[in-house]
Amino acid sequence: MSAKQTLTTLIMALALIAVGTIAAAGDVPEQVSLDTMAKLFNGVEFDHAMHTDLGEDCSACHHHTTGTGTSNERCMGCHAGSDEATTVRCSGCHVAEPFSAKHINRDASNRYQFHIDMPGLKAAYHWNCVGCHEQMDGPTGCQDCHTRTTAGDDFYQINVVHAEAAGRGGH
Amino acid sequence: MSGISRRRFLAASVAGCAATTLAGPRKALASGTFSGYPDGMGVLVDLTRCVGCRSCEAACNKEQKLPAPDRPFDDMSVFDETFHDGKQKRRPDENAYTVVNRYNPEGGAPVYRKVQCNHCNEPACLSSCFVNAYTKTEEGAVVYNSKVCVGCRTCMVACPFHVPAYSYSSSLDPVIKKCIFCYDTRLKNGLPPACVDICPQEALTFGKRKDLIKIGHQRIETHPGRYVARLYGEKELGGTSWMYLAPVAFDQVGFDPTPGNEPIINNVKDFLGTVPMVLAIWPAMFTGFHLLAKKQKGHDDHEHDAEQQQGEDGGEQ
Ligand code: SF4
Ligand code: SF4
Repeated sequence: MSAKQTLTTLIMALALIAVGTIAAAGDVPEQVSLDTMAKLFNGVEFDHAMHTDLGEDCSACHHHTTGTGTSNERCMGCHAGSDEATTVRCSGCHVAEPFSAKHINRDASNRYQFHIDMPGLKAAYHWNCVGCHEQMDGPTGCQDCHTRTTAGDDFYQINVVHAEAAGRGGH
Repeated sequence: MSGISRRRFLAASVAGCAATTLAGPRKALASGTFSGYPDGMGVLVDLTRCVGCRSCEAACNKEQKLPAPDRPFDDMSVFDETFHDGKQKRRPDENAYTVVNRYNPEGGAPVYRKVQCNHCNEPACLSSCFVNAYTKTEEGAVVYNSKVCVGCRTCMVACPFHVPAYSYSSSLDPVIKKCIFCYDTRLKNGLPPACVDICPQEALTFGKRKDLIKIGHQRIETHPGRYVARLYGEKELGGTSWMYLAPVAFDQVGFDPTPGNEPIINNVKDFLGTVPMVLAIWPAMFTGFHLLAKKQKGHDDHEHDAEQQQGEDGGEQ
């Protein structure tokens, strides 16, 4: 990856592009830091232990990779009896840059039926987290999970005052 | 007069004009057969994924160095803005090459739709341009050369998606402004446009157009209840580089549901035969159009102001 690409990604990426950091003994992390490329939003300390305690099947988030079987119809065709995958971390499959030339032009033989349309890491997090939070009444607002940085405030130009609003202010 | 009928009128008058100007039959361009450059890129916009966060608008503003917006990009009250007695939602303009609109389909959840140039395979803007200011690049972008543009606004009328906007801010250098797929800064270097990069939901999938067509159909087949079975832009108007999947009929989210599969180029292809002639009499044409554009400027400004203040004049969408 060129320095320019790296820079572009750093500038434009949301907080969620991250590699999971294993913070606990054993294979199952207690916490996962989603912060390696935080720029517009501060990183998220994902409480993995709390989420596993919710009692959901691992496959609810990890699809077919944890060896517990999968409930997803689309995965089942190929992965009904799949063993635990060599990596179960999100970034093992969901790439941080799904639209890089390298990824778009990847070897066609490696594009299995549904893997041709696999979301990148940022989307994978947002779909998984927000999708479930909507059902379970968890937080769903952007800043409920990751607060905006000053760079983020500038990016969204939050200091712009609408002309009408300014007019009402008596100026 | 609605946009469509204005466009048809333009196409007809242009074709008629060409027919009377040049004697004898000309070889018709092979039209409706160009499915884009083989490795041309595109974007698949999945309206079921968009959450209306407007991050794409903010990213576009920054990438294209556009002026500060009227309201912050995290202000969702813009979705309530309408024009022409509520008949028209926000459209891209010279200060914003993309806007996100919210639709409330009958009995369903709100649907958000990002609007920008669709980078047609056979662009009406390109084929209607008297001075050849537009280019369809092999990467798929429809770009324009503002040094060549004389500000005649023909492309504005010709575009079936109401995309090109006229820069009113500079009277000396009147030019069309629109989304260029981030061609200069990103696409030509193999990078996705800024809006795609920022989207938290991957509502925008960047890839080779031919791959996106497969992916689009796969999504429709895999999720029978989620989408209406139509990949808008695969065939419509000769095909577009940006294509759409939607959870409801396309007319409910502001698309013309029956644009036909013929590119607008078919309406004006006869006219294209006059392009070499235009180039031959270039200096005269250029001066003429420039003067014309300038002369109309005062009137246009007035029209624009009046539109803004009173929101009159019928519109569609
Ligand atoms: S950034 Fe993505 S999710 Fe947000 S409004 Fe734009 S297209 Fe929709
Ligand atoms: S959408 Fe309009 S401006 Fe964009 S390429 Fe098509 S005709 Fe031209």
